[in-house]
Amino acid sequence: MALIRLNCISRRYQMGAETIHALREVSLEIERGEYVGIMGPSGSGKSTLMNLIGCLDTPTSGEYELNGVLVSQMDDNELADIRNKEIGFVFQTFNLLPRSDALRNVELPLIYSGVPAEERRERALEALASVGLTERMHHKPNELSGGQRQRVAVARALVNRPSILLADEPTGNLDTKTGVEILALFGELWKHGNTIILVTHEEDVARHARRIVRIRDGLIASDEQQLAERGPALEAAVASPWNE
Amino acid sequence: MTLFGEFKEGLGISWSAIRANKMRSVLTTLGIVIGVVTVTLMGTAIAGLNAAFLKNISFIGADVLYVSRQNWFVNSHEEWAKMQKRPRITLDQATALAKRLTLARAVAPEADTGRAVKYGKRQSNNVRVVGTTDQFYYTTSFELAQGRFISPAESDGGRPVCVIGWQVATNLFRLESPIGKEIRVGGSDFEVIGVMAQQGRFLGLFSLDNQVIVPLKQFMAEFWSNPDCVIQVKARDLQQLAETKEEVRSAMRVIRHLAPTDPDDFAINQQDEFLRIFHRLGGTIAAVGLFITGLSLFVGGIGIMNIMFVSVAERTREIGIRKAIGAKRRTILLQFLIEAASICLIGGAIALGLARALMLIVHKYVPVSMSLTVVSIAIGVSLLTGVLSGFFPAWRAARMNPVDALRNE
Ligand SMILES: Nc1ncnc2c1ncn2[C@@H]1O[C@H](COP(=O)(O)OP(=O)(O)OP(=O)(O)O)[C@@H](O)[C@H]1O
Ligand SMILES: [Mg+2]
Repeated sequence: MALIRLNCISRRYQMGAETIHALREVSLEIERGEYVGIMGPSGSGKSTLMNLIGCLDTPTSGEYELNGVLVSQMDDNELADIRNKEIGFVFQTFNLLPRSDALRNVELPLIYSGVPAEERRERALEALASVGLTERMHHKPNELSGGQRQRVAVARALVNRPSILLADEPTGNLDTKTGVEILALFGELWKHGNTIILVTHEEDVARHARRIVRIRDGLIASDEQQLAERGPALEAAVASPWNE
Repeated sequence: MTLFGEFKEGLGISWSAIRANKMRSVLTTLGIVIGVVTVTLMGTAIAGLNAAFLKNISFIGADVLYVSRQNWFVNSHEEWAKMQKRPRITLDQATALAKRLTLARAVAPEADTGRAVKYGKRQSNNVRVVGTTDQFYYTTSFELAQGRFISPAESDGGRPVCVIGWQVATNLFRLESPIGKEIRVGGSDFEVIGVMAQQGRFLGLFSLDNQVIVPLKQFMAEFWSNPDCVIQVKARDLQQLAETKEEVRSAMRVIRHLAPTDPDDFAINQQDEFLRIFHRLGGTIAAVGLFITGLSLFVGGIGIMNIMFVSVAERTREIGIRKAIGAKRRTILLQFLIEAASICLIGGAIALGLARALMLIVHKYVPVSMSLTVVSIAIGVSLLTGVLSGFFPAWRAARMNPVDALRNE
């Protein structure tokens, strides 16, 4: 059974008299353990698709099954639960809480799922360690570099052991080198069995994924598996430990 | 997440939000502080005013009727002019009244005028000189600091003796004992036989301590041969005041030779009238006070609501992040409600401290005390204001679509 099954999903926005078709009857299946890149020009509907998959948004029409559960009909509270337990988000703009330190940011999903304080701390520390930020745990986001912030965001996304890691332009605000480091981290996570969906409009970034879904004007234009060919840049990044 | 857990979490979040926006929190708190201080002070002031007034008019005596030509409270000038034309109430009428009454404990006619009072080189101008009988001691409720009151014999014989008020005594005699000394009232000499204890001012109008009491017959001989008297009638029993009043009325009608169809040409006044007027006045004061107070609390509440709206708007992104990570509506709602309630409670606490301090200062001049009811109402109101005014923006925040919230810059 597919982890994600989208069936004729549409998302329309009403702007006054005009209807914007951000997604037009998109159908898509993603299996557990896949590394999917979603590509397309600006305004094609990538973020809309990702928000739907991430249960941040609900489709105007169509069905969405996650883990065999129909989520397209769920109410706000149920969706909050799904987001908390099944989805880990990584955003282009990091979206960390500015007043909380790294540890606290990583703890947040566990707070909302009611994990007791001690276990929460343990798991948050573990997640921070897995992205190599143990020493920075008491730093506030504005005391961290962009790459470090994004790694905190990755730790936060992973801490509740979600089914899917969703990343919308995760390298968009990073320089090339840091971006490559983050992508290397994704590669590691994928190797350890995580399902990753990566939204980007850069071919270089998309190359890291094993399957590329191209979107144009709210429609899927192509959907192809990639061979395991890695650019030398990535090999180098993986070889060099980023958590020195 | 359990409700308790959410509550704890909400407390932590609101505390850090309050600390992060110190200036804003202080300003909001200020609104509440002003509101609560006003409520508390106003409540205390009204209570104090009531108590002071009741204490003040107690000398009128709840069980004493005052028979006079005029009503204490006159509604119009015509009414007043009509009363002016009524025949005077004389000493003979008072004596006749005393004989007829069965429900009275004491009856004392009284007339007064202003005179200068002298002892040696010292002089007090414009002292209230009261002419009355020995019965005055029973109809009124003052205490003697020294000496005794006018005896029945002195009263009937019209002896030149007097009882002086506390202020007259201190003005004329300083450290000397006034008892047995002769003072000059107007043009004649009176022997001081008693000094009244200090009584204070009546409604701030005149001092009860600045008077000299002499036998009415002597008063008529020396100052005013045909005075207009007020007859004080003390009822035997407060419960029978109405009956006593009726008895006085019919007796006075007979004494003043009124035909059955004639209206009364005299008035019977009592403390009640003061109370009635006061309660009407007090009601107005309380209403105005309540309005002003309510207004300032309302302004404080608007302030909180305003701050909460700003706070929510400013933290839209944070709400989006929290929702994306799994915060439910309830969690967000609770977070902002707790924040509003905390600001209000802190404001309430500061306000109470401030009101307490102000009260201590005021206490030096007027004997007031802060009532527990007023305090709890003030805290309750501030909490209610906070929760109510926090609710709407919080509810809006909680319902926000996470995508829209996240898009917010
Ligand atoms: N809240 C909204 N209201 C109205 N239109 C919207 C809204 N969100 C997205 N759209 C429209 O839907 C279409 C798809 O937007 P989307 O954000 O998914 O594009 P994208 O592929 O992520 O683009 P980019 O690469 O620039 O991020 C766009 O035409 C956009 O204008
Ligand atoms: Mg986008």
